[in-house]
Amino acid sequence: MEEYVLMKGNEAIAEAAIRAGTDGYFGYPITPQSEVLEYLTAARLHERTGMVVLQAESEVAAINMLYGGAGAGKKVLTTSSGPGISLMQEGISYMAGSELPCLIVNVVRGGPGLGTIQPAQSDYFQSTKGGGHGDYRLITLAPASVQEMADFVSLGFDLAFKYRNPVMILTDGALGQMMEKVKFKPQQPRSKKSPHWATTGKTPDRERIFITSLNLDPACQERFNIKLKAKYKEISEKEVRYEKIECDDADYLFVAYGTSSRICQKSIQLARNEGIKVGLFRPITLWPFPYKEIMEMTGQVKGMLSVEMSAGQMVEDVKLAVEAKVKVDHYGRMGGIVHSPEEIVKALKQKIIGG
Amino acid sequence: MAENAITTKELVKKENLVYQKTKLLTDDVMHYCPGCGHGTTHRLIAEIVEEMGIQSEIIGVAPVGCSVLMYNYMNFDMQEAAHGRAPAVATGIKRLLPEKYVFTYQGDGDLAAIGTGETIHACNRGENITMIFINNGIYGMTGGQMAPTTLIGMKSSTTPYGREVSLAGNPLNMTDLIVNLPGTYFVSRQSVHTPGNVRKAKKAIKKAFEYQSLNKGTCFVEVVSNCPAGWKMTPVESNKWLAENMLPFYPLGDLKVPEE
Ligand SMILES: Cc1ncc(C[n+]2csc(CCOP(=O)(O)OP(=O)(O)O)c2C)c(N)n1
Ligand code: SF4
Ligand SMILES: [Mg+2]
Repeated sequence: MEEYVLMKGNEAIAEAAIRAGTDGYFGYPITPQSEVLEYLTAARLHERTGMVVLQAESEVAAINMLYGGAGAGKKVLTTSSGPGISLMQEGISYMAGSELPCLIVNVVRGGPGLGTIQPAQSDYFQSTKGGGHGDYRLITLAPASVQEMADFVSLGFDLAFKYRNPVMILTDGALGQMMEKVKFKPQQPRSKKSPHWATTGKTPDRERIFITSLNLDPACQERFNIKLKAKYKEISEKEVRYEKIECDDADYLFVAYGTSSRICQKSIQLARNEGIKVGLFRPITLWPFPYKEIMEMTGQVKGMLSVEMSAGQMVEDVKLAVEAKVKVDHYGRMGGIVHSPEEIVKALKQKIIGG
Repeated sequence: MAENAITTKELVKKENLVYQKTKLLTDDVMHYCPGCGHGTTHRLIAEIVEEMGIQSEIIGVAPVGCSVLMYNYMNFDMQEAAHGRAPAVATGIKRLLPEKYVFTYQGDGDLAAIGTGETIHACNRGENITMIFINNGIYGMTGGQMAPTTLIGMKSSTTPYGREVSLAGNPLNMTDLIVNLPGTYFVSRQSVHTPGNVRKAKKAIKKAFEYQSLNKGTCFVEVVSNCPAGWKMTPVESNKWLAENMLPFYPLGDLKVPEE
């Protein structure tokens, strides 16, 4: 039996990656996630799985190393934060366009620009609405504990390979830096088999393989876009994940993910002490977003407050979900400031109950 | 007709066959302009892969540029990289498949402008890959704009009066730069504008592939090439212009050879 250990969220990602049988990690240091690269370079991987770890010269290079490794059929991972993730957008678009699997972790800090190194949730749009160019989607998982940081690594890889699409774990500096107990899965061996689409050298028994996102003929490009669209529809139908907390008798709803969802759980107790029955809807997949499941709540609750450490990004999806059937508003601190449970209750009263 | 001349009937006989297209080139019709150095260099690479018997062990990385569709012509596995990122893509492949031969094929805009960082760092880390650098002094694919390698005074669609240093800076000699990096193992500059040069280029490129199995560092071959379309010349004129103008600035020869 594996024991619980106490670990930082970033370190948990690194350890989980080794356990998941990751073949390669390519990354560039940036606060608040450099512990991932530091942990991996200290982990004596040659004595464990032989996982390849390389500090790239930039995030641009890192994501393209992922492209090469993924094209070779390997499980590849990178981690970064806002400014680095911005640099990776071209590569993410190319990987989606070449149908290559990979796992990218964004330990979000406040922006725009160089911003702050403190936690934020302001990269929701970037992750769920594109970020790079072209018609593509990024499967986005939002952990809310160190345990989920670890668990979502293997989940992320499973989804990435199942759908041949990049997957992002969208977390934040608070979850990356905080220590919590975590239990790891047993060591999984690195896969010796390569997927049929990987460039591993053309043997006489098969045709050559080329990996590309180029379609000069518009008819071909449209056919490919239609294929992608169907894939994204399938993901939307099958892969929505969420959690409901104290929703059974709720009159109001917090909608929150990651760090904000943890703070909202405290706010629920404060509000319920005052007789306000509020629950929490926590999307775990930010894309695909649980539109239907949030819509279903409109028959029960009178209003929803989207609580995010941003100027209001996920709130747009909550509004889309409820089709104006109930009141929806946003509350959130920014710039690396984390809202207090009291502030959230106050906002609920002012913006939803009183408003 | 000379006495020993061969008749057409005899010429087509199998036993009189002295040269044929390598099976490592597909039957796809190449889209290159007539006389373009890309086609010749492609053939050399395909021939070398055949001669070395490494079809099942090689993975190529195509650039963004005129040779973006290289994977259509090569009968082996390839990946198409984003503009300038081929050395990073090749790094990812080689690190995870260290027993394979991995190479990049890149133009001057790709390798020496947008991809400068990836080029220098792959060479500096001494990635065990082969890099083939087609320097035609211009952006062929996008219609003949100035490249980092465009010569002083040379006309392009964005230097219509000729490249002026005060405005556009100096041509970048990337090969001279990377030869100084300890990570490079074999560095050579060749051309394919005459049959003799084609033979020399083939020798250098072959070495650059053979040395890869030693795992001693990056093997880099620049091919000073032409772009008849972008230079607005006939193929013959372009080769003459290349010899008279490109070669003085990009002189041919081996720049770094391993000590035997
Ligand atoms: C990020 C990005 N910027 C610009 C382009 C447009 N573009 C395509 S090819 C090219 C230049 C290629 O020139 P070079 O590498 O010298 O190759 P050549 O066509 O001359 O062989 C440019 C600028 C692009 N595809 N991607
Ligand atoms: S544009 Fe220039 S580089 Fe491109 S195929 Fe034509 S001649 Fe060759
Ligand atoms: Mg060029």
